[in-house]
Amino acid sequence: MDIDWAQVFSWMPLLKCFIVGGLICIVGQILIDKTKLTPARILVIFVTTGAILGGLGIYQYLVDFAGAGATVPLTGFGYNLAKGAIEGVKEMGIIGAFTGGVKAAAGGIAAAIFFGYLASLISKPKMKKQ
Amino acid sequence: MGTNKNPLETKEGYQNYVDQKSPNSPIWKNCFNAFWVGGLICTIGQIISNICKQRGFDIATSGTIVSIILIGIAAFLTGLNIFNKIGKFAGAGSLVPITGFANSIVSPAMEYKSEGYVMGVGGKMFTVAGPVLVFGISASILIGIIYMIFNTQSITLV
Repeated sequence: MDIDWAQVFSWMPLLKCFIVGGLICIVGQILIDKTKLTPARILVIFVTTGAILGGLGIYQYLVDFAGAGATVPLTGFGYNLAKGAIEGVKEMGIIGAFTGGVKAAAGGIAAAIFFGYLASLISKPKMKKQ
Repeated sequence: MGTNKNPLETKEGYQNYVDQKSPNSPIWKNCFNAFWVGGLICTIGQIISNICKQRGFDIATSGTIVSIILIGIAAFLTGLNIFNKIGKFAGAGSLVPITGFANSIVSPAMEYKSEGYVMGVGGKMFTVAGPVLVFGISASILIGIIYMIFNTQSITLV
């Protein structure tokens, strides 16, 4: 299939994506530099915030505006989980609340586990500095 | 040989130069690096997503493909000790995108490789990713339930 490269690299959506994605990372950087939060807590905060904003329907506007600029950061992972849970509820009620979120994020979670394990296996242990 | 070197080519000279150029405000430099590296990772994701759309995938599937590719790349770069160097430079720029999630799985797993492939690698993978999944999935279930409660009362939350 032919790919319309002009469409793929149309600069306006890419610019929006770059700026929004970058700004979300700046928020993370400020949290790292100005608070004593560990990276693990920051990741948790981002995912939970994304899920809450997704549940309230606010994050959808950002996704419509910036595309991957909003979905690639971890807030987008949370948004994806929340959106999946809501869609699950619409389809099959209470069970959907449990299945929908993970179903929507299944690709990412499974890839992270699979590639994560594989990459750890092939990695060479770091030289310990004394 | 060392005497006729440009001051910028020695470690101390360069450090002085850097300190001069950025007096006491590394946060601006950190934020700038986080901004452009983070933005670049998202832009790569957008380009992959655009190609997927042209190939006829819907938005949800394109998003999944983007996540899988970025997570795969980040996991192997971490395994090869390259991601940590990017992380030192970019800070949140590589931590906040989904690449940081992959990195948070591989980093502890590598460290505890000597404890074996089941409890060492398999167990420590989730030192950071575990909490992320616990809070993310729990939040999504709560949101689904809240949505259902509000919806049965004919109040639209979303």
